[in-house]
Amino acid sequence: MTAFRLPSGGRIDRGRTLRFRFDGRSYTGYPGDTLASALLANGVHLMGRSFKYHRPRGPVSAGAEEPNALVAVGAGARHTPNLRATQVELYDGLSATSQNRWPSLAFDAGAAGGLLAPLLGAGFYYKTFMAPGGAWHRLYEPAIRRAAGLGTVPGGPDPDTYTQRYAHCDVLVVGAGPAGLAAALAASANGARVFLVDEQAECGGGLLAEPEALIEGKAAAAWLAEALAALAARPGVTILPRTTAFGCFAQNFVGLAERLTDHLAAPLPGLARERLWKLRAGRVVLATGAIERPLVFAANDRPGIMLAGAARGYLARWAVKPGTRAVLAVADDSGYAAARDLARAGVAIAAIAELRPHVACETFGLPVRPATAVVGSIGRLRVAAADLRPIGGDSVGGGGVERVPCDLLLMAGGWTPSLHLFSQARGKPVFDAARAMYLPGEHRPGEAPDGLASAGACRGVFGLAACLEDGYAAGEARGGPATGRRFAVSGDLPPAGGFEGLVPGSPARKAFVDFQNDVQAADITQAVREGFRSIEHVKRYTTTGMATDQGKTSNINALAIAAGALGRPMPAVGLTTFRMPYTPVTFGSFAGHARGELFEPVRRTPMHAWAQARGAVFEDVGQWQRAHHFPAPGEAAADAVARECRAVRQRAGLFDASTLGKIEVVGPDAAAFLDRLYTNSWARLAPGRCRYGLMLNEAGFVMDDGVVGRLAADRFHVTTTSSGAAAVLHHMEDYLQTEFSDLRCWLTSVTEQWAVIAVQGPRARAIVAPLVEGVDLAAFAHMSVAECRVAGFPARLFRVSFTGELGFEINVPAGHGQAVWEAVWAQGKAHGLEPYGTEAMHVLRAEKGYIVVGQDTDGTVTPDDLGLSWAIGKAKPDFVGRRSLTRPDMLAEGRMQLVGLLTDAASAPLEEGAQITAAPPRTGMAAIGHVTSAYRSATLGRPIALALLADGRARIGQTVHIPMPGGSLAATVAGPVFHDPEGARLDG
Amino acid sequence: MSRFSLAALIRHAFAGNTGWQPQWRAAVPKPAYDVVIVGAGGHGLATAYYLASEHGLRNIAVVERGWLGGGNTGRNTTILRSNYLWPESQGLYEHALKLWEGLSRALNYNVMYSPRGVMMLAHNHHDVQVARRHIHANRLSGIDNEWLTPAQAKAFCPLLNTAADIRYPILGAALQRRGGTARHDAVAWGFARAASALGVDIIENCEVTAITRDAAGAVAGVETTRGAIRAKRVGVVAAGHTSVLMAMAGVRMPLESFPLQALVSEPVKPAMPCVVMSNTIHAYMSQSDKGEMVIGAGTDVYTSYSQAGGLHIAAHTLEAICELFPAVRRLRMLRNWAGIVDVTPDRSPIIGLTPVPGLFVNCGWGTGGFKATPGSGHVFAHTIATGSPHPINAGFTLDRFRTGRLIDEAAAAAVAH
Repeated sequence: MTAFRLPSGGRIDRGRTLRFRFDGRSYTGYPGDTLASALLANGVHLMGRSFKYHRPRGPVSAGAEEPNALVAVGAGARHTPNLRATQVELYDGLSATSQNRWPSLAFDAGAAGGLLAPLLGAGFYYKTFMAPGGAWHRLYEPAIRRAAGLGTVPGGPDPDTYTQRYAHCDVLVVGAGPAGLAAALAASANGARVFLVDEQAECGGGLLAEPEALIEGKAAAAWLAEALAALAARPGVTILPRTTAFGCFAQNFVGLAERLTDHLAAPLPGLARERLWKLRAGRVVLATGAIERPLVFAANDRPGIMLAGAARGYLARWAVKPGTRAVLAVADDSGYAAARDLARAGVAIAAIAELRPHVACETFGLPVRPATAVVGSIGRLRVAAADLRPIGGDSVGGGGVERVPCDLLLMAGGWTPSLHLFSQARGKPVFDAARAMYLPGEHRPGEAPDGLASAGACRGVFGLAACLEDGYAAGEARGGPATGRRFAVSGDLPPAGGFEGLVPGSPARKAFVDFQNDVQAADITQAVREGFRSIEHVKRYTTTGMATDQGKTSNINALAIAAGALGRPMPAVGLTTFRMPYTPVTFGSFAGHARGELFEPVRRTPMHAWAQARGAVFEDVGQWQRAHHFPAPGEAAADAVARECRAVRQRAGLFDASTLGKIEVVGPDAAAFLDRLYTNSWARLAPGRCRYGLMLNEAGFVMDDGVVGRLAADRFHVTTTSSGAAAVLHHMEDYLQTEFSDLRCWLTSVTEQWAVIAVQGPRARAIVAPLVEGVDLAAFAHMSVAECRVAGFPARLFRVSFTGELGFEINVPAGHGQAVWEAVWAQGKAHGLEPYGTEAMHVLRAEKGYIVVGQDTDGTVTPDDLGLSWAIGKAKPDFVGRRSLTRPDMLAEGRMQLVGLLTDAASAPLEEGAQITAAPPRTGMAAIGHVTSAYRSATLGRPIALALLADGRARIGQTVHIPMPGGSLAATVAGPVFHDPEGARLDG
Repeated sequence: MSRFSLAALIRHAFAGNTGWQPQWRAAVPKPAYDVVIVGAGGHGLATAYYLASEHGLRNIAVVERGWLGGGNTGRNTTILRSNYLWPESQGLYEHALKLWEGLSRALNYNVMYSPRGVMMLAHNHHDVQVARRHIHANRLSGIDNEWLTPAQAKAFCPLLNTAADIRYPILGAALQRRGGTARHDAVAWGFARAASALGVDIIENCEVTAITRDAAGAVAGVETTRGAIRAKRVGVVAAGHTSVLMAMAGVRMPLESFPLQALVSEPVKPAMPCVVMSNTIHAYMSQSDKGEMVIGAGTDVYTSYSQAGGLHIAAHTLEAICELFPAVRRLRMLRNWAGIVDVTPDRSPIIGLTPVPGLFVNCGWGTGGFKATPGSGHVFAHTIATGSPHPINAGFTLDRFRTGRLIDEAAAAAVAH
């Protein structure tokens, strides 16, 4: 038994002892403990250091609101920083370390900075460190960065996995305290699907720490057990402990973070660490409770100073005495429940400093001093005494300070309803001036989240009976009769009263408002003095409420102090925005399974395995993996590409074009639709014929291109660029649904339904012909399409060329792609057929001056810039982008035009992206263009390049300059077609 | 304005820090001003500051619906860089970067300009082409931008996963060493303090409800929730709400407003020495001086004035962050928020005149306005003071959407700002 563990009681399993380490020292605890409760049971209060002044700190709370007791758990890649010791569940072998201290938690050199605290007040860093010469970046900033931060980044890639789930339910109840349990009982009474979630390991909320309360004649714990059993027995109910509702979005969409394995000593391998639920609920009942407020007085931050409700929780839930001799600073009736429970557990109550002049509730014969404030404390690593001072009032006048020795100082400053999720859901908090608290108010008009209700303490309803009844009423089905169910409760002591702001009689210095960020009352008044009048400004200038607890214990006190300094009522100062997430959520949970191979799907063509077996080198093109080249054993990439190019020009090449985007456009108005989306005219394109299509965006710039085949009067097979497929379909659907909804046509993405096998080269016809049934290839002209059979499979055969050679593209159902490919391959062997990859494809098309959209265009290029004016249907009344083409700057001189560039035959290819100048370059000279494509042409035996050049067509024959880091190169401007400008080779 | 310095800090510390003065006056609107700026974000405040400091105007008001710096100035991820492609953009952002370099001293306010380097990753052949094109263009213009191999990128940012077997391996990166970050709030406060000291009235909680025009159609002033204010020159600098304001003057703007999200992790000790951006997989991250990993997400797909984005947008960004920086997968999201960004058809800003005489507009910064703050204010002040654009913003006209002289960085490079 550890020193501060009570001999009996608590919700721990005393049958088993757990060993754990904190900062290298061994301790023991029990299943059911948190790290904080187990350390307190061992007499350890010092658990952390604050952010700015490195002040020694212990837990101030017992839950998610904890600002002080932040620790790191685990080692190496599983090292997890900044965990609240109050939420870390104990397991055998747990190893935790303190943070933000050097060399040790007890002796932290960083605490010396506290001596300079008067210099380091709110916003000090905005007022100095402005010396010239980058001293901030080189000198001051690194020092500040080293001092800042809390824990450290894990030591490697996270080995754990995370999972996600979507779910729907009729009613989501957030919080399994009395209000939430009653709401879930009511909501599930008629078989509705109900989710009840609670952030803690154990459901029950406040019921877990009510040792004296009776509900309907039963002890609170017994009632809780029965309620949970009843809920568990209902098939529609899902109870999720260890699950935080962290975000509340539009239309009752709620994010839940469920912790699955962090509490286990040895989780089963492969079990996900956390599960992110994306839940859509018909109704949401928020029963998120309230958070107790600390009192703001000087040195209110020493280890051993904690919230009264937290001390009560440690006693009742974990049978831990948080001290032996306590002073309580009380402004709320619930403090007396804590005093009572402590006294009954054998903790000496040295004094209760009651801030109010009178106490209305039962005080259990304890030594209460009305109208008395705690205004300070002493102690180094643990509180040793509290300074009590009578305050002005009707009974006691001002007086001297009395120092009362203690090792536990409790604060009962009142309770702040948790509005976080309500506010995230666009609910508007309203200030209840009489009770000095923000409560959920009316939702904003027009944005009312339908069926979002608050119940219990989160809407200012306190006391077990009231919470149970409020929760039950909130859970009952809408439209049904309200039962007005009552709950008989005795023995609890509901909160009433409370105080916010700086305790009267206390200095403002070292009176901490935000514990973690070391924001003092004096900082807030200073910020106001410096003209920061909005609470958002005060928050940002002082950093109050910006620590990892996001101000759960500090916001109202900060607001009250700012309001006091401004001389304005609290609501006039504003309330800072509650932001997602309620408590921090692991990045990995959001990412879920989208990691590694599943980060984004890898798309492979039906012939991928064939290419892989042939030793192809692949490249990523969007999500696709495409064969870049097919090296022979030991062959260099450049040699392979040159060989592949020669094969196509001299014999034939086989190319996997399956990644081409394919959209089937069908319907009586299909041609009319394409007329509006492409620059070209489609009406008179005969079935069985193809046309090169050019698509512009609204601004008149080339967006995509591809061959479109007309299969029938009402059916087109549209191809797009590989990377543009999704965007083109989206663009088309957008227009079809919003602008051209009068047109009867339908769009279907068929990219993955067709494998595309390109055979290009003078022998292409000889290779393909024996495999084709149903088409006379001799009469099958360039830019034709036919439905036929190839190698016995149904096919759409195109006669098209992206190489300048005689070419066919065989489209077959994807499942037959590999078989047809192999049939073509077998057929081609005798003709010297070779597979070629994307690099050879690029070289071959560049030799012909064929553009690649996205490489030779960049979203600023018109059809005329590319020499493609012929692709514009002049007779058409309109198409997307047409009006833009008539704008003056689209027709002005100096536009960038596509040209060829020739450099010395022996030189290396130019660098793609290189700039072009009219004269030998110098810094600051304007560029007149840039190189878009550059390759070594095996066919021509020289490097070639395409470029966008200002007035490029007028510069053909001129010399231009290419500035490179090592000096400039010269090039001669040429036309963009380097090979077979007459197009004679298209017919083989 | 009493000067800030280490000596002042010490002096005030000995006096118990009770002697500090308001950093800017809480001004009450006067009936008339020479210039009214609508919107007290960084751009608006900078405009007022340069109007006062460089153009000798003193009778200036900046009116703000909420609290100053509370819009996108206080919501962005604070990245600064100037390695743009087109000459117009290079001119504007490099002008701003040069001002950043001396801004703390000019304002006597530490805006924490930190040239920690901005590294933009290339994951495929297209990315490499685009990055190289930028580097070549920047070199010719005298703007620093250099190519890093994957190994050099890893050395510059050890947290980065440069393994060759990841889904989208890093093929290299473009690094601008003078790029970096600055402290966003300090920028707003520093400009506010300096402008206020020069006599500019900064009027918070003052929402413009109408823009009034005289018989000739020229601007006559604004009506606000704190009364009518006469002014012959009005500059609208209202980011996501520009369309609404300009409609009050009968001007329809080529803008769409979207929510744009960002998020931070819990603070950790320094681990991320620079800014890393990946446009291909949609992620960027840096680490604040406080220790939080600062992460930018994309815009929602649909237009909205709601300052909250979709969960899936933030989640998608974190997928990419966890791929690029697998060691941060266990870190936790502390805070997530959104701002409303105004996007033009070419994703470049509009800084200049409008069809309404006396009405000027500075908007359309989309997802990347913070980095331009001082430069934007500087040239906009020139435009308002002289009635014609500064050479640096001469191309960023409203008229360009009619003439077709677009400045499309994103189309050119698929690069987010």
